[in-house]
Amino acid sequence: MYKKIEIFVKNNRQSLSASQLKWESFFKGLLKVMSILLLILVTGVLITLIVQSLPSIKALGIGYLWGKVWDPVQNIYGAYPFLIGTLLTSFVALIISIPFSYAIAIYLGEYNTSGWLSNLLKNTVELIAAVPSIIYGFWGLFVLVPLVRTFEMKFHIAPYGIGIFTASLILAVMIIPYAASLGTTLVRMVPSSLKEGAFALGATRYEVIRSVVLPYTRSGLFAGILLSLGRALGETMAVTMLIGNTSAVPTSLFAPGNTMASVIANEFTEADHTVYLSALIELGLVLFLVTVVINLIGKRIITRFTNN
Amino acid sequence: MKLIKSLKIAVVAAAVATGSIMSASAQDNTLLGAGSTFIYPLFSKIFADYAKTGVKVNYQSIGSGGGILQLTNKTVDFGDSDAPLNEEQAKKIGVPVLHIPMASGAVVITYNIPGVSSALKLNGKIIADIYLGKVTTWNAAEIKADNKGVNLPDLPIVVVHRSDGSGTSFIFTDYLTKVNGEWEKRVGRATAVNWPVGLGGKGSEGVAGLVKQTPGAIGYVELAYAKQNHMPYAFVQNKAGKFIEPTLASTTASSNVELPADSKVSLTNTANASGYPITSFTWAIIYKEQNYNGRSKERATQLVKLLWYNIHEGQKECAPLNYGSLSKSAVKVAEKILKEATYNGKAIL
Repeated sequence: MYKKIEIFVKNNRQSLSASQLKWESFFKGLLKVMSILLLILVTGVLITLIVQSLPSIKALGIGYLWGKVWDPVQNIYGAYPFLIGTLLTSFVALIISIPFSYAIAIYLGEYNTSGWLSNLLKNTVELIAAVPSIIYGFWGLFVLVPLVRTFEMKFHIAPYGIGIFTASLILAVMIIPYAASLGTTLVRMVPSSLKEGAFALGATRYEVIRSVVLPYTRSGLFAGILLSLGRALGETMAVTMLIGNTSAVPTSLFAPGNTMASVIANEFTEADHTVYLSALIELGLVLFLVTVVINLIGKRIITRFTNN
Repeated sequence: MKLIKSLKIAVVAAAVATGSIMSASAQDNTLLGAGSTFIYPLFSKIFADYAKTGVKVNYQSIGSGGGILQLTNKTVDFGDSDAPLNEEQAKKIGVPVLHIPMASGAVVITYNIPGVSSALKLNGKIIADIYLGKVTTWNAAEIKADNKGVNLPDLPIVVVHRSDGSGTSFIFTDYLTKVNGEWEKRVGRATAVNWPVGLGGKGSEGVAGLVKQTPGAIGYVELAYAKQNHMPYAFVQNKAGKFIEPTLASTTASSNVELPADSKVSLTNTANASGYPITSFTWAIIYKEQNYNGRSKERATQLVKLLWYNIHEGQKECAPLNYGSLSKSAVKVAEKILKEATYNGKAIL
């Protein structure tokens, strides 16, 4: 039996013309070149960042990572307040957005998979991702900030309105679509045989979701969360309008702070000393490395999930 | 097939068109400038009128720092900056440059105090103490002393500053450095500083928005911006002890003093008795020796003639756009500096 198939395949290959073979190898080569180009691009960005931050690394040393002072007049720079601000806003935004993303994914994936309402919801969620971030900044400034301010006045917190909390809220809204879209697709892909088996054993809908759908899609949903987190770490415009831009470690969740991307966007054009410019680029390098580290940790967690 | 053919023709046509546009901009009748966003509205108007003489000017408002960078890279004919070149920038350029004052602008202190509609009177030391975080409520004794009769509430002061690097911040911190010793020691002057307290707003719009929305807020914006947006602003006490209202007249008056020959002077805390104390020139910057990178003598002459127009006929556009025009002594100094521009060692004008 096997011998017959082998001869069948061999004959098929021999029947390919020379030009077809050339096209095959050219196509394969093209794909390889494109992937290598991508690698070169990312490595190039990293090398550029490192080279341009050398003046700052030489002047400030490793203390830059935990320095708390950002003083362009005396040329003393420290990334610590911005590192804390970035991590704080991103993770708070993630925590706020996870229930919504999961809820949307499960609703659209399980309860309402087709029909006009389902399509409307799905398109709306994807539209959230399409709105430019500066519009979120404006909306936050004119709508969200007064709301947060009245909320703060009720609880006797300094009524700035802007701060880490407001920025996290806006970020949460902006990053919902990434986990939600991915989650919806994954939940819809759960094999119905698994679900039907659970239903046959007498499980309710909620129990099926909890014990069949969620474990099956766990690693995929986590990858969606990682995508959301990546977007939150790098978001600049909406955050810079709502975070208060205070170059100090935030004292509480409602205090103003600053993030790395926001500082770079604000001060890049007017950085008039070499060390200043180089310190900003080093901030970009720190952001790059933080993103890489978080992605590596995330990948490790995903492999843990799939192996279990 | 037809679609692909027409697409190919369209791509070729676009390439030819961009090629011709790019070669046009390098021709001798379009001058290139870049720099301060503050002067952009004024330059737009002046250059639109100047185009009638046949010389087009393309000005990109990318910020003072960007303008200086482009001038250093010799990609523009002139840059415009709200602060003169600092040592590091001058070293990078390497050769002498000329600073020609174009106009002046004022920075006003705006505030949002519920119940107070009249203009407050503030002096520099108090403003600096507020921005240092030492004066924290509006009914502090120091503020009340100068504002008898104004009902100042017991409201905490919310300090607002610029989050982005800006010439406005430079002018403001330059003034605070001159009038408050502690500010000079702790903070200093720059386009972006380590603000001891306060929230940051992005751009004048950000500061204005924050001040308008937060009761008890204080912030600083350009006079032109405050006037167009009907924001309240304070009378500031100048060196002569008088509380001056920020107007175009007091802005121009602040530059009516003895100016150094290279015009690189800070106008803040001006000695002029009727001048508003928080003002500054904005300078056009050109290379002194105009024969570089194969520039033609005609182009250099066009550039110097343009700047000559700016400081004479162009000044009439200042008032309608809320800029302070150059005072008489400033125009005299500017003329002298423009006459120093040379081509191959020989003066152009």
